[in-house]
Amino acid sequence: MDIPLTRTWVQAVAAAMDREKDHLTQLDSAIGDADHGVNMQRGFTAVVAALDGYEAAGVGDVLVKTGTTLISSVGGAAGPLYGTFFRATGKQLSGPTADAEQLAAAFDAGLAGVQKLGAAVPGDKTMVDALGPALAAFGAAARAGEGEAAAADKAATAAETGSQDTIPLQARKGRASYLGARSIGHQDPGATSAALIFRTLAEVLKS
Amino acid sequence: MKKLINAPEAVLSDALAGVAAAHPELAVDARARIITRAGGPSVGKVALISGGGSGHEPLHGGFVGPGMLHAACPGEVFTSPVPDQMLAAAQAVDGGAGVVFVVKNYTGDVLNFEMAAELAGDEGIEVATVLVDDDVAVKDSTWTAGRRGTGATVFVEKIAGALAEQGASLSEVAAMGRAVNAASRSFAVALTPCTTPAAGKPGFELAEDEMEVGVGIHGEPGRSREKLEPASAIVVRCLDAIFADQPLAAGDETIVMVNGLGGTPLIELYVAYGEVAKYFAERGVRIARNLVGNYITSLEMAGVSLTVCKADEEMLALWDAPVSTPALRWGV
Repeated sequence: MDIPLTRTWVQAVAAAMDREKDHLTQLDSAIGDADHGVNMQRGFTAVVAALDGYEAAGVGDVLVKTGTTLISSVGGAAGPLYGTFFRATGKQLSGPTADAEQLAAAFDAGLAGVQKLGAAVPGDKTMVDALGPALAAFGAAARAGEGEAAAADKAATAAETGSQDTIPLQARKGRASYLGARSIGHQDPGATSAALIFRTLAEVLKS
Repeated sequence: MKKLINAPEAVLSDALAGVAAAHPELAVDARARIITRAGGPSVGKVALISGGGSGHEPLHGGFVGPGMLHAACPGEVFTSPVPDQMLAAAQAVDGGAGVVFVVKNYTGDVLNFEMAAELAGDEGIEVATVLVDDDVAVKDSTWTAGRRGTGATVFVEKIAGALAEQGASLSEVAAMGRAVNAASRSFAVALTPCTTPAAGKPGFELAEDEMEVGVGIHGEPGRSREKLEPASAIVVRCLDAIFADQPLAAGDETIVMVNGLGGTPLIELYVAYGEVAKYFAERGVRIARNLVGNYITSLEMAGVSLTVCKADEEMLALWDAPVSTPALRWGV
């Protein structure tokens, strides 16, 4: 992973959010307040604008800038949570490149930041249910020396499975928690957008 | 969707332009997305700052002015504001005595205000936070994000704002805000859903003969869905839930708000208030002050929320103190 590739990833995430906006909003209208797609699209559109002409010295700079911009433009719970994920990840990556193991450790720091802020644990029906399995798969593949593209692909698959596994869960955090048992049977929009971010990473690293 | 707007994505900025044009006594910073008093900070006094998703007007911008808020930070419709807004507001209105963030208990609001408090602290601005969580419809707080902040927000902003105006310290103002929240309970019933401009269709569906009992101000589901009832029965439902959570005895003094959710005409709110007055009279509980109108709305949702604050003498005196804002104005 280098600086141009990191930019490409974030730009591809913006395109993915644009494409999946209605789907995310549809998921959110079932158990939330129908704005997740719109908010993520607005945030990543702002990120693309903020990165335009931004001079990064390291991979992490791009990610920290991404996180800071998300915090400033998304609102809702997703802004601080995704903002923290990218910032905390980016702060671990000062060099102009990062290998799979460095990325794995950085992502773990990102997830730790998210959990510290949002206090969600696995099974609460949140983005943690996608990020957790994704990072476990990424780390395992990285430690096995499979390289970042393979690790990202496994992470994306694990995140997608994790987001689908939120369907039978009852939400215990965020606005969906007000539904109680009525939140069961719906896929969590935050877990879905998290899976989208890792699928995009896999696609960018593959090409 | 039928709405009086130019474009869904322009609703907030267009509305802010309207607020600026209508209220020269307010300063609207369209870029920072904050509404403050035109006079700038009150030197030596604590400043109250609130904010949240838009779509609940007059909350919060309508409560900016002497005797109440110093600043409001409106987010997108039903989306919490971002930390930059609260930081800009704190920098704009801190009079050197610190600022109080009045935050309604929703995950997004809590996280964004928390980040803002950190940023403001880095700038040397002292911040105290009052979390409002008065909605008794959310029963099992252990398994949810906790009770939602609703109607009590108006009481907290009025009463703590009056205390700030008198020159009380940051800790005193925050303590009063928390006391008002602790003494307040709310419960709402929706007769129709509401539609955010961005979504374009209703957030939930209700049949012609149904109502959502215990609804939240963003259309969050309540305790149950029931067949529509007469106003008398609806009011009893709401007040039974409130009194079950905070028993009130004969002789207690209260402030009561009968609040329209946006799509219910005032005549119906007065129908409801008549029933409220009867309920209180039967129990000997005194309604010392009341508000009947639209103070914390959910776009065009039809329905009503009731908020009851068990008020002591100090709270009542602060309630009566002069206030001059677009939506609340007396004693001036």
